[in-house]
Amino acid sequence: MRKMLLAALSRLLQGPAAAGRTASRVMVASRNYGDFASEAKFEIKQCDLHHLEAGPPTTAVMTREEGLQYYKTMQTIRRMELKSDQLYKQKIIRGFCHLYDGQEACCVGIEAAIKPTDHVITAYRAHGFTYTRGVPVREILAELTGRKGGCAKGKGGSMHMYTKNFYGGNGIVGAQVPLGAGIALACKYFAKNEICVALYGDGAANQGQIFETYNMAALWKLPCIFVCENNRYGMGTSVERAAASTDYYKRGYFIPGLRVDGMDVLCVREAVKFAAEYCRSGKGPLVMELQTYRYHGHSMSDPGISYRTREEIQEVRSKSDPITLLKDRMVNNNLASVEELKEIDVAVRKEIEEAAQFATTDPEPPLEELGHHIYFNEPPFEVRGPNQWIKYKSVS
Amino acid sequence: MAAAGRALRAALPAGLWGRLAPLPGAPRRTAAHFSFQPDPAPSEYGQTQKMNLFQSITSALDNALAKDPTAVIFGEDVAFGGVFRCTVGLRDKYGKDRVFNTPLCEQGIVGFGIGIAVTGATAIAEIQFADYIFPAFDQIVNEAAKYRYRSGDLFNCGSLTIRAPWGCVGHGALYHSQSPEAFFAHCPGIKIVIPRSPLQAKGLLLSCIEDKNPCIFFEPKILYRAAVEQVPVEPYKIPLSQAEVLQTGNDVTMVAWGTQVHVIKEVAAMAQEKLGVSCEVIDLRTILPWDTETVCKSVAKTGRLLISHEAPLTGGFASEISSTVQNQIFDFMETS
Repeated sequence: MRKMLLAALSRLLQGPAAAGRTASRVMVASRNYGDFASEAKFEIKQCDLHHLEAGPPTTAVMTREEGLQYYKTMQTIRRMELKSDQLYKQKIIRGFCHLYDGQEACCVGIEAAIKPTDHVITAYRAHGFTYTRGVPVREILAELTGRKGGCAKGKGGSMHMYTKNFYGGNGIVGAQVPLGAGIALACKYFAKNEICVALYGDGAANQGQIFETYNMAALWKLPCIFVCENNRYGMGTSVERAAASTDYYKRGYFIPGLRVDGMDVLCVREAVKFAAEYCRSGKGPLVMELQTYRYHGHSMSDPGISYRTREEIQEVRSKSDPITLLKDRMVNNNLASVEELKEIDVAVRKEIEEAAQFATTDPEPPLEELGHHIYFNEPPFEVRGPNQWIKYKSVS
Repeated sequence: MAAAGRALRAALPAGLWGRLAPLPGAPRRTAAHFSFQPDPAPSEYGQTQKMNLFQSITSALDNALAKDPTAVIFGEDVAFGGVFRCTVGLRDKYGKDRVFNTPLCEQGIVGFGIGIAVTGATAIAEIQFADYIFPAFDQIVNEAAKYRYRSGDLFNCGSLTIRAPWGCVGHGALYHSQSPEAFFAHCPGIKIVIPRSPLQAKGLLLSCIEDKNPCIFFEPKILYRAAVEQVPVEPYKIPLSQAEVLQTGNDVTMVAWGTQVHVIKEVAAMAQEKLGVSCEVIDLRTILPWDTETVCKSVAKTGRLLISHEAPLTGGFASEISSTVQNQIFDFMETS
């Protein structure tokens, strides 16, 4: 039992990007792992329901392994976002950068409840999802710094990160939701029991194309979970000032909805499990509102304090921080010790440092690739540059 | 454009050409660069004040709201002053029923603006970035542009003006750098105006607001802080559909709009100094309907035309200017 736990733990601490890393460096202190519980049951907040007879359960069981994995993933995302903040201020990352810290429970909870073969699409606050969908931190940071080791080969940047079954990373607000419905249609058509999770924010919830999508999804019973990540502010506008109804889970009107505490990873997981099952059973789409919060401003050019008070941010950080919530739960229920979690923190910090090092030293994509992938075409064709003497070759 | 290339080549001593033009086909890293050259302060409009582009826009909007009691300004985040500070102070001065925020819905903003304008009130809508104007494309092209025509002049939305930050800014990438004037140039019924400086912006914006046709006013976002000039405090108008000849010359006509005007002004100076080529520089100012007379007259004089813009080449507005000029005064153009 102990050996199995030890092996499991060292595998966990190697992280999702592990490729030939030795387990030996990770264990610093030895302890009797038999002392920890293997799992615990937690009470979670009940979800508000719209057009649903019953909702997700109000208790969740989390195993020690799961807890450690959620903790590590959330901590990695948190540190990755803070590192991006630092790199941006050093002008190593340029352009636009929208950070996800504070909302980690949303992407981790969703990933925990769906399969890798399910599909996810979100808007521009995408770094967290890029990680949970399987892109290593170094590739995310390299994409932010615009290097060729990045997941979009350095041509996408912060808002355009993609990987298998993760469709980005989309800059135009609300435009990704009809795409999500389309992906869901393909899921239904290919009948492989897959679903699509289409995310958008509280600001985007007022876009016309979202309502068009609700109609199509409900009409054709598409297996799509529409998730509104309500972090209370659409850029600088609070939800009360932007929306006639802030009950975003009811906005689907004829589509059943759930309102979920987005700062509790278990709550999110149970809700998404419930929603995924609902969609997979062919009953059609669901709308889910995750009540969450972002600590940073809308983007790096927004200090984030002109439309909300520092006290408010501080209050959320101290009372509802998703990582602290999970940590307290694990420690109080004997699923992990404080030292163990600290070790994970150290390992995560190291991983982020190495990734940042890679991101700053990797070369930029070569200039010859500037014109690639505009169209799909063979043979390659020539693209005019800014003046008639410059031509780029476009290969795809 | 090709004609201009050959023209410049003809103007150069043979050896110099080889050294100046890079190997065809070899890509090179180039960095955008320009320095804003302010125009002298005008004396005919009264007292002037030092303003940058966003301040001149605020001044124009202030004048418009003061003069026209039906004028309203709306858009995303305009209430606190706007993401580029173009509407700072206006809500406090004119009240929250005249300067107000809309939710995040461009199609809704423009449709709503058309509705206001149809009743006769003056609507000044802001689209946060020109890149986001496309959800509203249908409203602009199908509703706003054609209202007067299809109702037989019974109704019109002429008092609608749409403002949007436009053009490259260095770090904007796909969705904060676009120049969509060419998409709209294809649509009769609307006017498109792009200023090059604070002085021009205020006058042109006031003309757009008072013009009895729906207007789209694109503001070069890179100039919001970078361009500083002495701008009159009182309202004044600069006529639409009139291009301005900034510098006369005899060898080649260069046409641009917005930020690019400053680039070609530098190029004209360099051409004069290094190649002895005298350039006539024209700021088009109004893209639609554009001043064909000024441009054609200039090309008839110089015989060569070079048009430069930020937007993509294929289908860009330069193709319209180029074909019209060649159509009208082909006989006057130099062959090399």
